Amino acid sequence: MDYLLTESQIMIRDLARKIAQEKIKPVAAQYDESEEFAWPIMKVLAESDLFGVYLPEQYGGLGGGILDMCLVTEELSRACGGIALGYAGTGLGTLPILLHGSEEQKKKYLPDIASGKRLAAFCITEAEAGSDAGSIKTTARKEGNKYILNGTKQWITNAGEAEIYTVIALTDKAKGVRGASAFIVEKGTKGMEFGKKEKKMGIRASATREVIFTDCEVPAENLISREGMGFIVAMKTLDTSRPGVAAQAVGIAQGALDCALDYSRTRVQFGAPISSFQAIQHMLADMGTQVEAARALAYSVARLVDSGAKSVSKESAMAKLFASDVAMKVAVDAVQIMGGYGYMRDYPAEKFMRDAKITQIYEGTNQIQRNVIAANMIKETLKK
Amino acid sequence: MASIKILLDKCTGCTLCVKTCPFGAIHMADRKAVIDMAKCTLCGSCVAACKFSAIELEKSGGPRKDLSAYKDVWVFCEQKKGVIQSISFELLGEGRKLADKLGVKLCAVLLGHDMETAAGKLGERGADKVYLVDHPALAAYQDDPYTAVLVKLVEEYKPEALLCGATTIGRSLISRVAIKTNAGLTADCTGLDVDTKERLLLQTRPAFGGNIMATIIAPNHRPQMATVRHKVMQEAPVKPGRGVEIVSNVYPEETFASRSKLLEVVEEIANTVNISEADIIVAGGRGMGGKENFARLEELAKVLGGAVGASRSAVDADWIGYSHQVGQTGKTVVPKLYFACGISGQIQHLIGMQSSKVIVAINKDPDAPIFKVATYGIVGDVNELVPALTREFKRALNK
Amino acid sequence: MNIIVCIKQVPNTTDVRIDPVTNTLIRDGVESVINPFDAYAIEEAVRLKERCGGKVTAVTMGPPQAETALKEAIGLGCDEAVLVSDRKFAGSDTWATSYTLACAIEKLEAYDVIICGKQASDGDTAQVGPGISTHLDIPQVTYVKKIVEINDKSARVERMTEEGYDVVEVPLPCLFTVVKEINTPRMPSLKGMMRAKSAKIAKWTAADLDADPAALGLDGSPTRVVKIFTPEARKGGEMISGSTDEVAKELVELLKGEVV
Repeated sequence: MDYLLTESQIMIRDLARKIAQEKIKPVAAQYDESEEFAWPIMKVLAESDLFGVYLPEQYGGLGGGILDMCLVTEELSRACGGIALGYAGTGLGTLPILLHGSEEQKKKYLPDIASGKRLAAFCITEAEAGSDAGSIKTTARKEGNKYILNGTKQWITNAGEAEIYTVIALTDKAKGVRGASAFIVEKGTKGMEFGKKEKKMGIRASATREVIFTDCEVPAENLISREGMGFIVAMKTLDTSRPGVAAQAVGIAQGALDCALDYSRTRVQFGAPISSFQAIQHMLADMGTQVEAARALAYSVARLVDSGAKSVSKESAMAKLFASDVAMKVAVDAVQIMGGYGYMRDYPAEKFMRDAKITQIYEGTNQIQRNVIAANMIKETLKK
Repeated sequence: MASIKILLDKCTGCTLCVKTCPFGAIHMADRKAVIDMAKCTLCGSCVAACKFSAIELEKSGGPRKDLSAYKDVWVFCEQKKGVIQSISFELLGEGRKLADKLGVKLCAVLLGHDMETAAGKLGERGADKVYLVDHPALAAYQDDPYTAVLVKLVEEYKPEALLCGATTIGRSLISRVAIKTNAGLTADCTGLDVDTKERLLLQTRPAFGGNIMATIIAPNHRPQMATVRHKVMQEAPVKPGRGVEIVSNVYPEETFASRSKLLEVVEEIANTVNISEADIIVAGGRGMGGKENFARLEELAKVLGGAVGASRSAVDADWIGYSHQVGQTGKTVVPKLYFACGISGQIQHLIGMQSSKVIVAINKDPDAPIFKVATYGIVGDVNELVPALTREFKRALNK
Repeated sequence: MNIIVCIKQVPNTTDVRIDPVTNTLIRDGVESVINPFDAYAIEEAVRLKERCGGKVTAVTMGPPQAETALKEAIGLGCDEAVLVSDRKFAGSDTWATSYTLACAIEKLEAYDVIICGKQASDGDTAQVGPGISTHLDIPQVTYVKKIVEINDKSARVERMTEEGYDVVEVPLPCLFTVVKEINTPRMPSLKGMMRAKSAKIAKWTAADLDADPAALGLDGSPTRVVKIFTPEARKGGEMISGSTDEVAKELVELLKGEVV
């Protein structure tokens, strides 16, 4: 479907697609198997200027918005959702700086991110604080012109590979949620260590590790915005990045659908290609419709975010919720259409199924998304 | 200036010209042919194709020059380390036929150092004369001295045709000589013939990756130069004891000056697989099913004394290195025997091997396009047939 | 370092198919692309610029639509581009083409290196590169697979041969034709593509070149095409069937003659 993209957006999407099909697709299975971080692919993305599509030109970006980031994320995810996270996860880790950082902080960090020279990661989740993000325990104690961080962040995407980390920690335990602050911590800072790489069901090419702070000294100028703004920074970041997660889900769903469609045309049973059987056709039709609907919603919400709308929480949650549920369903159906071949690891379908699942879990589980949507809907009726 | 136009009163709108144009420069408008001058290269194929003589191509050639001073067919004999390369014998074989049709001499051109003896043997391969230039600076090929010497020879002795091998040396050298002598040069000819009436060399070569053939002439310029690829023509038979006239030429020292310096010659026989040289090739495609199965092809190749080839799919899947790739983006091969195992026969692959003398195709898909060009076709499992063939050949060849 | 790269826009021959009924080329929907070998030339030119500093100018002789190839070249890292286009060039063979390009190059600022692809995928002659260097009277190295060392006076390169490679030292200015083994062309970059969109491509006609009109186009071409035909399609032979062993035995009998 034609989404009336601008010429520059079409160029971005086509280039991302070319890279995904020519460079990522051929190696996706291999990286899934070895679970290595795809640095060579990151290098190609960097050299093609893709890391900066949503960053302002004055920092070396291309001046586009979240929709541009979504276009790239979707195309990369169509080839491999795990490798795409090196790109998308960096976007997530960058948003706190972009949305709330000072001019000095933006000048210091955004150019390297735009050029792809350094990757980023966002650290909020802890062992005891997943959906209940308010229960984080990592502390940041002020001492002179430094903050001392202590605590452990869990399941951080790009941890260990990224060089720039935006971290949410408690500066005032007594104030609860209002006592959290956001910091920029660079890899190599003394007192910052990484746990072992987690073994995951899917998105295996993405590096997921613990980030452990032990009396980690962070300069005071690395505080983003003011003390106590941590949660607002986090929520705004997640609201802005959710269309990106939706885009990743759409990409995975599209990749799975592509597989199933190709297979159905060449697989011959009972003397005919299975694509001629109504049962298969109906499945494909539903899959195609759902992917298109997810895409349309994701792009619309991305446009809404880019328009500067003040409140996007409900829409952003809807985009993520819908697209991730679609991705899971479409990926499962793709395996079903491919039958035995769908189940075999030598064929690409089962990877999409393993990759799709995480989109229903991270960046806010789909149950939390439903809470957010309902709460907003109710709030809106109260206003009338 | 040359021009082309459609004679609208003769054009019947039959669209034959549209189909024939290799450059897509003709389309129909109101049932009449229209030529897009931005795409037209004035090649004239449409003129030949039109059954109604509705296309007129005017070439302002001017009066034909008097080229009667140019005589004889020359063959540039390539040598490496003092050994005359077999391409030279192939060119002498073809050159002999052309010289006989034209009723002129076949002359070999040999540049090198200490090549007297080798020059003398060229008579056995059909040469009537050898133009020999001997100088230490010519021992190994360098663009400047070789070009300068060959240009001097051409200007002095005025051959009407000059054949050269389409090798890395030949192509570099002859392109420069053609420019300097203002001659017409056609590369990679697969066919050579003579129009005896006009004394024209008819040079036929493939274009568009081999999808079409073009016949080219150089009506107003001499010599008429052509390069021919290795193994396309037949070697001249050896007539032992046949003598030859050697014409030695000496030139002033500055002729042999070279702006570039050859520092080192490195041979990588182990690494560079030159399947273009092989007489027997056993090639595998996607139908082989996996890297391990290529070992079976290697075994068969070894028994037959041949080389292993591959389709692009197999190389892209990393089952074998790129130097084994046959096809449009790989090598063109002309072996006596080509086994296409698990290769479907897409045009991009066919382009690289369809001139093989005998093609044996093994594929489990009876509709694979390869069977349309194979001399012998077998519908079956490559992974069973290839080992069976290896066994049988071993037995037949007593290995 | 001032680097010139000569490119050609060609039909995408991987798309070209034969119509099985008429045995002619199907040209519908065949897009035009940068000649595959020229992609390696562009990459090497851009790498040289990154290595030594300077600028890269892409030049092509072709119809007006060849401008898109030049824009692509800018997107890949070339700084400037020149389109040499004129009806007067129609019908040029490699002699006239290399002459025209040489005239265009003489009009550009002094160059250090000219890089060309080994050959074009439509004509496949590999003659234009050496032709240009001869018209300009500069040294050349063909089949370059590696530029080992280069400074503003000379270069040391590896030239591919049938048996391996030669190491050649050549003074600048000079011309290289390059083979695929030399590098892996990069993906286009967004900033490059955006620069390409707004780039001003110089367009030169025959009048802009100090060229001898008799040496241009069909009139300036010593060779001309007299006939174009589709090669006789190779016909299929016989199918052999039977058990694996029977087939193998029969094949060996049939092929023995070719193998000995």
